[in-house]
Parts: sequence; structure tokens; C-alpha cells
Amino acid sequence: MADLRVEVAGVSFQNPVIPASGAFGFGREYEKFYPLSELGGISVKGMTLNPKDGNPAPRIAETPMGMLNSVGLQNPGIDAFLEKELPELSKKGTRIIANVAGSTVEDCVEMIRRIEGTAVDMIELNISCPNVKQGGAAFGTSCESAAGITAAVRKATTKPLMVKLSPNVTSITDIAKAVEAEGADAVSLINTLLGMKIDINTRRPVLKNNVGGMSGPAVFPIAVRMVWQVANAVKIPVVGMGGISSGEDAIEMMMAGASAVQVGAAIFTDPYAPVKIIKGINDWLDTHGIASVSEIVGTVQPW
Amino acid sequence: MAYQQGLYPVLQKENLAKNIFSLTIYCPGIAAEAQPGQFVHLRVPAHILRRPISIAEIDRKQGTIRIIYEIRGEGTKILADLKAGDMADVLGPLGHGYTLLDSDKKCVVVGGGIGVPPLLAVAEHYGANASAIIGFRSAQAAILENDFKKAGVRTVLCTDDGTMGQKGFVTNALEKLLQSETPDLICACGPMVMLRKVTEIAKVHGIACEISLEERMACGVGACLGCACRINRNGKECVLHVCKDGPVFQGEEVVF
Repeated sequence: MADLRVEVAGVSFQNPVIPASGAFGFGREYEKFYPLSELGGISVKGMTLNPKDGNPAPRIAETPMGMLNSVGLQNPGIDAFLEKELPELSKKGTRIIANVAGSTVEDCVEMIRRIEGTAVDMIELNISCPNVKQGGAAFGTSCESAAGITAAVRKATTKPLMVKLSPNVTSITDIAKAVEAEGADAVSLINTLLGMKIDINTRRPVLKNNVGGMSGPAVFPIAVRMVWQVANAVKIPVVGMGGISSGEDAIEMMMAGASAVQVGAAIFTDPYAPVKIIKGINDWLDTHGIASVSEIVGTVQPW
Repeated sequence: MAYQQGLYPVLQKENLAKNIFSLTIYCPGIAAEAQPGQFVHLRVPAHILRRPISIAEIDRKQGTIRIIYEIRGEGTKILADLKAGDMADVLGPLGHGYTLLDSDKKCVVVGGGIGVPPLLAVAEHYGANASAIIGFRSAQAAILENDFKKAGVRTVLCTDDGTMGQKGFVTNALEKLLQSETPDLICACGPMVMLRKVTEIAKVHGIACEISLEERMACGVGACLGCACRINRNGKECVLHVCKDGPVFQGEEVVF
């Protein structure tokens, strides 16, 4: 049994596997499959200051080894999370990452203030949701706005601050460096890639929102490349995600430079994916005689 | 209630009509918990999203469920290759099914096309106290008439083109039936336009009505919020989810 503990921005995780925001709700549904204490942590559904209905359906489309979603940040609002979800969730024996996705800097700062002093272990500032017209991705697509919102949020919290980056940019390393300079403690990437699927019989996009965020195994090589580039460009830890669906994928992502990983779409294929990935990581480390998972982080030997 | 997921053997496969298949799957744990109107989420080899398929029959004694699906796209086309002896990756039972009144109450089930299968399990609960009105495009697409009759259910079959049973829509047959009897509950599944009409008819007659909705979904358990639908509940319109809050809703609360 290898040592699976990792540390990201001063927060210790019992293993490096974290269900990604949007794939796991607030954990209630998957608790019917396995105890949440088996997970390294949970990145909860992205939240806004006020409740949000999200986009009209259809919100889901399948693509070759991937999927598109245009949920549009449907969520009950930060107060409902803090009052109805967090008190129970914080007793489950896993780390809680609050994913904050405001449409304005002021909204984000206000949410961060309300989270301060609660049992939340870490903030994941979502500046990369591709599915909401106002804000969201808008912050994550220029260095200036990414830096601006990071600076404002940084001042409002003492909690570890991770910024979730969009892959829909010219240079993700520049954005990563910009948020690092403004005090981000970690970055997580990648959010979904903007995509589209058309029903050629009706000549209509499958998604009512026309476009949506692509995830799943099809995006994995892109995610590995971006994590590798970002890990080489910043000093803060990187949490890697994008199409991870096996222990081997997680190992690969960590070799690229991720200190921990998040798992999203794989959970829809197999609700047990996170726990199988944890086991897969452990088995691989044991097979290769590696005592601790943190030893493999960033160990890819590029040509 | 815990969800169950695993590989379960397919005991029997039937081709009910062109592109429509029936699988009987041995999954005692799921069969023990399943309720009419619930669904299972089937994994499709080499695809990342499961396919939600409604449960057509539940046999707790044999430990089996029966599911019936039509080839609609790539996923169901692959699922159509499943045959007796294969293992199916099934997650279920999922969702909120139809209200089951005491079996001595009267229930009318109204189904259109591939919406008919989940109503078989409902009708079997009421047996001779159930009436079924099932509609299809044509004789070639008609399924399950004998299964309803075998359960002792008075069955009216309609086809759009009149090639089998009565010519016309199920909603016409429903209106006619309600002239002579007043059931305690109407349960429906089928195209949205049909569900809307059934809901209107039920409202006019003051009869409770439950309808099953369909939407593209990912997780199937209420986590990803993909399968949104608009529902009037507790005096306000809200966005709920077909997989967890449904697929069965009160007809009058659905925002069409």
C-alpha cells in the first residue's frame, strides 16, 4: 500500500483524487454508492451568489469519446450551500473545495466573504465556465481580467485559493502566471473546451445553448499538455483534470506536473470511477515499487 | 435506497418490431427495488454516456427486469447487439416512478410508441382494473398488445394510419373511454405533444394524471443537472431534473 497523501497549497489530501465541480453535485447522490471519506476531496458544484436556473434543455450531447454540456451553472446559490449542504458535507471525512463562479468581481468577493470562517477547506475560483454568457469564462480569457479578479478575491479570503483555468485561450501559461502573481495558491485545469454538435437531420445544434463545454477522454491529451506547460511555467501547485478515467491516466497527469487530479465525465460512465482510480494509482505505485504518490509529480522526462 | 450497478446477464432477447428490442436481465437486487416508471442506465461499450431505458416489467420472484428500447442513434444501435448470454452493465433502479394506488383502484394507462413499455409494469399492478390505450405509427411499429392482454388489461390499440386496431390518436380513444368511466388515475408516457393533450383531457375530467418525461442525460442520478425540465411546484416554476425528480411528474405541474 503506497502512501497516497498529497498536499496542495497547504491543504493535505488523503489521496490525490477529487471529483470535479459539476460532476458530483454536493456529494449526496454518490454517497449512495460509496462513503465520501474514500475520496481525497470534493470540488462541489459551481456556485453563484444567487440561485441560478441554468440553460434550457437539452444540455447534454455525446461526442466521440467525449461529451458536451451546457448546464449553465444551475445551482442553489452560495447561502443554500452554506446552510443546507456544508454542515453535513463537512463531517464526511473528506476535503471540501468550494467552486465559486460569480458573474462579477463583486459577486465573487461577496461569496468568498460568506465562505470565510466556514468549514470549507479550499476555494476554487472558476474563471472558466464556457456556458454562461455574462462573466465566467470572460474573466479567464485575458490576463488582465484573470489577474484582477484573483487580486480582489485574494484580499477577501485567508483560505487557500485555487484558480480554475480555461483552455479556450491563446496561452494558458500566461493566464496561470498572471493569477500566480496576484496571489493564487494553486491553479486547476482544464475546464471544458468549447464545442458544438449539429443534428444534420434537423440542422439544429443538439444543445439548446448551441455550444457547450467538451469533456471526457477525448480531451485528455490536451489537458496533459496544458498541465505540463503550466506546471513548467509557475511555482504554485497544479491540479490536473480533463478526461481522466483510469489510475494510469491519473499517474500520467501527475507525471505531467499535477499535484492532484480531478475526475469529471468518467463518473457518468462509471459512478465508481473515482474510487477505482484511487485503487488504480495505488496498484501502479505498488507494481513499480514507488512508496509515495507525491514522488511521481512532474517526473516526465521530456525529450 | 442504495443505487446498484454491475454486470448482469441477459437471459432473453426479443425483436418486437423493426428496430425495437426487448431484453430480460437477471439483476435480483435491482428487481427487488424497482418500481413501475423507474429506469435503468445502460453502459454502451466504447461510449462514455450511459443510455436511460425505462423498466417495462419487474419480476421480483425471478429476479429479473425487462427493458424495451428502440434504435434511435449510435448508442441504442450498439445496445441492440446485446443478446442472451451477454452481460449488461446496468445502473439502477433510478428515478421517481408512477404512484401505485391500491390495485383495486381503476387506472388508465396511455402510451405512444416507445413510450408504451413502462406502462406495462403499471398496468400489471392493476390487472383487470386497468385499461390500456396504446398507440403506434402503424402496424409495423406496434408492440406489447398481447402482453397487456395477458395481464388481464382491457386494451385499445390505435395506429395513426389505421393499419392495426383503431385508426387515430390515443387521445381520441382516451376521450371516448372517459365518457363511460372515471378512473382514479391516468398514467401516460410518449411524445410531448401527446402528454400535453392527455394532461389537458385529465384536467377537464378532474382525474389525477401522471406523465413520464424524457431528456438527454448524463449521470442519471441527479448530480450533473443535465436533464433539466421546468416544473410548477409549491406555487412557483422551478428547474427540476428528469433523472431524479422524474421521470414521472404530475401532468399539471409540467411546464410544456
